[in-house]
Amino acid sequence: MARLELTNIKKSFGDTAVLHDISLDVSDGEFVSLVGQSGCGKSTLLRIIAGLETPDSGDILLDGKSVLNSAPKNRNIAMVFQDYALYPHMSVGENMAMPLVMARLPLYARLPGMRRVTPVGRRAQPQIRAEVEKVASQLRIDHLLDRKPAQLSGGQRQRVALGRSLVRNPQVFLMDEPLSNLDAKLRVQVRAEITELHDTSGLTFIYVTHDQVEAMTMSDRVALLQTGHLLQVGQPNALYADPANLDVARFIGSPEINIAAGERLADGVKLGDVTLPVGVDGTGPVQVGIRPEAISVSNAAGLAALEQPVKGPALSFTKRMIEDLGPEVLIHGHFTHAPDGLVRIRAQKSGVYGETGALSRAKTLQVMLNPEQLLFFDAEGQRLSAKALAATTTTTTAGAA
Amino acid sequence: MADIAAPAPNWLDRLRPKSIGRLVTTILLFLGAWVMVFPFIWMISSSLKPTDEVYDSDFSIIPKTFKGWDNYYGVIFEQPYLIFLMNSMIVCLGILLIQLVTAIPAAYALAKLKFRGSTILFGTVIAAITIPINVTSIPLYIGLVRVGLLDTYFAMMFPFIVSVFAIFLFRQFFRGFPDSIIQAARVDGFSEIEIILRLILPSAVPAIAAFSVFSFVAHWNDLYWPLIVVQSQDKMTATLSMMQYQSAFDTDYGRTYASATVVTAPMVIAFLFARRLFIRGITMTGVKG
Repeated sequence: MARLELTNIKKSFGDTAVLHDISLDVSDGEFVSLVGQSGCGKSTLLRIIAGLETPDSGDILLDGKSVLNSAPKNRNIAMVFQDYALYPHMSVGENMAMPLVMARLPLYARLPGMRRVTPVGRRAQPQIRAEVEKVASQLRIDHLLDRKPAQLSGGQRQRVALGRSLVRNPQVFLMDEPLSNLDAKLRVQVRAEITELHDTSGLTFIYVTHDQVEAMTMSDRVALLQTGHLLQVGQPNALYADPANLDVARFIGSPEINIAAGERLADGVKLGDVTLPVGVDGTGPVQVGIRPEAISVSNAAGLAALEQPVKGPALSFTKRMIEDLGPEVLIHGHFTHAPDGLVRIRAQKSGVYGETGALSRAKTLQVMLNPEQLLFFDAEGQRLSAKALAATTTTTTAGAA
Repeated sequence: MADIAAPAPNWLDRLRPKSIGRLVTTILLFLGAWVMVFPFIWMISSSLKPTDEVYDSDFSIIPKTFKGWDNYYGVIFEQPYLIFLMNSMIVCLGILLIQLVTAIPAAYALAKLKFRGSTILFGTVIAAITIPINVTSIPLYIGLVRVGLLDTYFAMMFPFIVSVFAIFLFRQFFRGFPDSIIQAARVDGFSEIEIILRLILPSAVPAIAAFSVFSFVAHWNDLYWPLIVVQSQDKMTATLSMMQYQSAFDTDYGRTYASATVVTAPMVIAFLFARRLFIRGITMTGVKG
C-alpha cells in the first residue's frame, strides 16, 4: 500500500531522449495504466519505477520518501514481465519462494543447496513454504508447484509470475504488458482476474500496455504516452469523451475516431454542404473528430434509432463495406463530398435488420451527426472548445441543407 | 510375390549409389576420411614395428617383425605411466576449473552489465585471442624461473588460467539469455553473483560442456608448454612422456609410436563414450582441436 509520485523524470539513451519530463501521481490503491504505442517510453518508465533503470533527472517518491537511490529489491516493488521471466531451471514452487528466500536468508544460507543444510535456512523453510502455498491456492496453481515452467501453458505461467510477485507482499505492483503473450480468449479471462486481484489486494497497480482496450477496461486512470511525452492522464471515460488533443482522440477508442475537414463559420461548422450548429473558437479550417457512434443512420436501413434521435442536417454518405459484429454493424465508407477520408459508423441493429436488406442494397445513406458528441481540433491537433448554438440556427441550417 | 523374389542381397542394393553425383560425393568423402584416419593407422602400425622398420623404404602396414609386445610393455610398465596420466589429469582439470571460474563472471559482465568502457574491454579481449602462446612464452618462462616455480603444476597451468577464448564464447552465449529474467531476479533481490550461480550457470551447461571438451583436449594434447617448464619425470604429462625415447643420438621410433598410441587412447575412448558432446563442443567453439 503506497502512494507513488514521479516528478520531472527525464531519461535518454545516448542521444535519444526517451522520456521528457514525466510527472505522475498515483494514489494509494489506485490502478493506473501507462498506455502508448511501442517505443513511447512506457516500459522504460516502468523500469525506472522498479529501479532497473536510473533516470537522468527527476525523483521517485514512495509514500513521500525518495527511493531513487535504493536498489530494486529494497523498494518493495513487484514486477510482472511480458515474457513472465520465470526462472527456467526452478520448479514453480522454487520460483515463487525466491523473493522470500532472498529477503529472509543471509547470503551464505541461500546459495544452492545451503538452505537445507544451514540452521537459518531450515528454520525459515516451513514458513516460506506455507506462504507460497497460500498464494498458490489463491491463484489456483497449487497443483503445479512441482512442475518446471517449460511444462506449463501460457496462462499458467502468467499466474506463476503473478504469484511470484504477490508472495513478497509488495507495496506497488508493476506489470509490463502481462497479457500480450496470451491468446485472445485467455486474455479476457486474465484481464478480469487481474482486476479482481487489484480489488481484493488493495495494492497500487501500475500497468503498462499498448492495448487501449486493456487500459480502458481495467484502470482507474489512464496515462497516455507518446514519444516520451505524457499526453493526458485521466479516467478512461474522460480520455475517450474529452481528449486533450487529436493524438489522444486517435489512440483511444476502437474503431479509431473519424476525422473530417470542416470550416468554421459564423453560424457553425460547415462540413460538406451542411452547417453544424456548433460554435467553435476561431475561424478557418478545423478538424472535426467524429466517434463512430456519433453518426446515426436512418432506421429505414434496418438499424435501431438512437435513443434520442438526432434532429439535424443530413449528410450524404457513400457506403463501401459492412462489418457485421453481431448486435451491431460497422459501416465503412466516406462522406460523399470527401472521397479520401475513411469514415466508420457504428450502429445498433434493429429487429428488422437483415429482413429488409435495405442496408446491404443501399449505395448511399443519409446520415446525421450528433453535434454534442463531436470533437474539434485545430491544424496542430490541439483541442478546441465548442458549444452548441441555439436550436433556431439548427432548423434554419437544416432548411438550408 | 514379385517383391519376395527380388534379388536377395539387399544390403548390396543399399550400398549402390543412387546417382553419379552421389558416387562422386562418396568417393570424395572416402578420400577425406582416409586422409584423416591414415596417420592413426600409420601410428598404430609403427607402434608394432622395431625402429629400423618404421622408416624403411619398403613400407607396409603389417609389420614384418612384430615388436608390439616389447614396445607397449616398455611404455606402460617400464616407466611410471600412471603418474603421467595423473599429471595430465591434474593439469587439464586444474586449467579447466580456473578457466571457468575466471571466464564465466567476466563473460557475464561483458554480456549483460552496462558499464563505461565495456566495449573497449571487449575489444581488448577479442584482440587478445590473436596473441599466440609462443609470443608470451619467453617472458613467462623467465618469470617462472625468477620466482623459482619451474617444474611445478602451477607453472604448467599458469599461462592458461584465463582463457580469452572462453570469455568470448560464454559472452556470446550469455547474450542470448533473456534480460527480463535477470531484471526479475534483481527485483526479487538476487545479487549479481547469485544471478550467475542460480540462473546463468544452469542454462549455460551446453556451452560449459562444449568448452570443457575443447579445453581438456587442447591441454591434454599440448606438448609445447610442458616441454618448456617440466624437467623432472614425476611432473611429466602423458604427452610429454613420448619425448623420452628421443635423444640427440638415437630415437626409438617404435616405442615413441607405441607411446603416442597409449597417450591418444584415453581421448579416443572418451570420444566414443561422449561423441555427441565432443561434436557439439567442436562445432560450438568453432575450432578444430
